[in-house]
Amino acid sequence: MASTDVIGAAQAQKKQGKGMSSKKKSRGPWLERYSALILAVVLLGAWQVLVPWSGLSEFVLPTPLAIAKRIVNELPLLASHAYVTLFEVVAGFAMGVLVGMPLALAIFYSKAFERAIYPILVALQTVPKVALAPLLVLYLGYGWAPKITLAFLISFFPIVISTVVGLQSLDKNLVNLVRSMGASEWQTFFKVRLPAALPNIFGGFKVAVSLAVIGAVIGEYVAAERGLGYLQLQANSLFDTTLNFATVVTISGLGVMLYFIIDTIEARVTYKRDAAK
Amino acid sequence: MSATTQMGAAVDISRLSKIYKTREDDDVLALDKIDLKIEPGSFVAVVGPSGCGKSTLLSLLAGLTPASTGSIAIDGDGVSRPHPKTGVVFQSDLLLYWRTVLDNILLPIEIKKLDVARYRARAEELLAQVGLKGFGNKYPSELSGGMRQRVAICRALIQEPGLLLMDEPFGALDALTREQMIMDLQSMWLRLRNTVLFITHGIDEAVFLADRVLVMSPRPGRVDLDLKIDLPRPRQWSKTHEDKDYHGYVRQIRAIFEAKGILVAH
Repeated sequence: MASTDVIGAAQAQKKQGKGMSSKKKSRGPWLERYSALILAVVLLGAWQVLVPWSGLSEFVLPTPLAIAKRIVNELPLLASHAYVTLFEVVAGFAMGVLVGMPLALAIFYSKAFERAIYPILVALQTVPKVALAPLLVLYLGYGWAPKITLAFLISFFPIVISTVVGLQSLDKNLVNLVRSMGASEWQTFFKVRLPAALPNIFGGFKVAVSLAVIGAVIGEYVAAERGLGYLQLQANSLFDTTLNFATVVTISGLGVMLYFIIDTIEARVTYKRDAAK
Repeated sequence: MSATTQMGAAVDISRLSKIYKTREDDDVLALDKIDLKIEPGSFVAVVGPSGCGKSTLLSLLAGLTPASTGSIAIDGDGVSRPHPKTGVVFQSDLLLYWRTVLDNILLPIEIKKLDVARYRARAEELLAQVGLKGFGNKYPSELSGGMRQRVAICRALIQEPGLLLMDEPFGALDALTREQMIMDLQSMWLRLRNTVLFITHGIDEAVFLADRVLVMSPRPGRVDLDLKIDLPRPRQWSKTHEDKDYHGYVRQIRAIFEAKGILVAH
């Protein structure tokens, strides 16, 4: 792993070296590296300054500092609701993986199954999952079940598709290569097919986990007694715009955290093809 | 494990045909009743234009494609699936980019469920022999095209193949790298003396490398000429290329292609 990181870092430096002109030699890389951070700070600063300057009420648009302060003050409250949402998201996503991956394998290995299931999958995908939320509450009650189901339904499709595409895009010659060594299909799968498909699969996981957050929160909007979506509606009905924003920030934070967890796992189990190119 | 114990395998092909079924019912006869015996430890090159069935022949020998009729035997064993005595080098290196060079070379050992630790030293030795000493922990993307193909050759050789099948292995390389690879392949083979079947469309490299050149022509795939190459070994690049006999062999093969309309004489 360490060697991969070193290569990646060296390459990143090389790329930056190529990108800059000789004139900007001292400023170029520094500006490039922190450009996103600088822009974010500038935008937040503008927001912070423009709200009081324009005479906008804090009830309509709180300043970033006020939101940050509120997050710190309400940390126990936000955390208690975040745990609920996090559980729903993770459970829904895990179900998406547990159902989606075997389904993808079945689609990959059986042409007949692929022909049978693909039209149904595509048809299901055209249904806006959000529209199912009220129905799920009706069937599954007010607890965590409808939220998990919604998170599952919304995250499952990208997992299936990315896994199937990853498996199908393999160079057929690689299969011939390992077969010429006497590999069984089992060995072919674990030595070649799966590792080659992992970048695609992880791409699907990242999309899926972000969607799972949306699914869980929407489930909470419809009917809930706990969770960040519920907290946000509470804040809304109390005209507590600052808490409302604090909840939005927490929800995004949850999504970003899950994304980076998957990204970290990916970096540990895969080798990026282009790392050294 | 030592090179001296590695004996070339004998190949016996009789009445071998391969028919590819196409959708429009007009089947393609890729190979038409090929009869061929290959002596253990000989270097046989197969030349022919695209579509002459030479790659089909290799695929059948590798046990990757079933024959339509006829039979192949390697050291007396009938081939219906990949034979443990064969190693294959394909046109592209087909290295697994997520594995290090060393782990790529050890892939066949893993697949054959042999003791990987025991073969590690052998893999390092092979790498050193192809001029890649110390590259074991690099990834394929850090290597040039020629280096990658060398690794692919090491991966085939670690299986100690009595029969090494090479499918246009230098086709994707630049001219200079190709020249070096041809020389290296010769010295490797002179050391190992295993049986090599070398598929190519390059008349020059076929004559330079082989003991025997089979010239194939398409539709149906047949061996038109079975030419014994009697040039002293080790062959040297400049000396052999200036040899009168060398040019005689090349001319003989070109004459066949010209007669078949594959090459048009100007």
